[in-house]
Amino acid sequence: MLHTVNKSPFDSHSLQTCLGLAKAGSDILLIEDAVYAAMSGTAVTSMVESAMSSSTIYALESDLRARGIGSEKMISGINLVGYDGFVELAVTNDKVQSWL
Amino acid sequence: MKFSVMVNEGPYTHQAADTAYHFTRAVLDAGHEIFRIFFYHDGVHNGTRLTTPPQDDRHIVDRWSELAHDHDIDLVVCVAAAQRRGILDKEEAKRNGKDGDNIAPGFRISGLGQLIEAGIEADRLVVFGD
Repeated sequence: MLHTVNKSPFDSHSLQTCLGLAKAGSDILLIEDAVYAAMSGTAVTSMVESAMSSSTIYALESDLRARGIGSEKMISGINLVGYDGFVELAVTNDKVQSWL
Repeated sequence: MKFSVMVNEGPYTHQAADTAYHFTRAVLDAGHEIFRIFFYHDGVHNGTRLTTPPQDDRHIVDRWSELAHDHDIDLVVCVAAAQRRGILDKEEAKRNGKDGDNIAPGFRISGLGQLIEAGIEADRLVVFGD
């Protein structure tokens, strides 16, 4: 299943809830303010890194760029995708769950 | 593949109306079909033609109307959410005794059944909101 998260983990618990409930093998896409979770050295970095052992984490590249988060500020192993990649993830997964 | 999209946030609020639009464009660019876009809650504000943003800003409402025109996409506004927020077509305006309507071209007002159908008919339903 594809999970999309759009809230900053510093504003909302939706990422934490998503990571807690997502089954192993899930794809998790960070969009909008949720891309702040892709930054290294923050209070949620270890939570995201431990989720990466069971799920694949993606982040929307244009939302990262809009917030000045370059690859040097990111947790390594997070996959960058464009909107075309977002669509591809929605196609390859049989369901899309939006954590609003 | 057939997609439906649901938009639950108004334009110029956070980012959902923009994300939903760019996602829809990418769906069409990849050769997939959009069965319907359903606007619910504050998302109904995406469907008023009275929206007048500054000229150097994107026009979110016109963008939807153009997309509907160019790709023959069904844009549906939830009637109950629309009435609460003052989004009216000619018929609704007349029925409620209002002095005008404001629905944007390409949008139509209908009920939640359209959302259920969008979920059943499409292979994927993707939700954007706040």
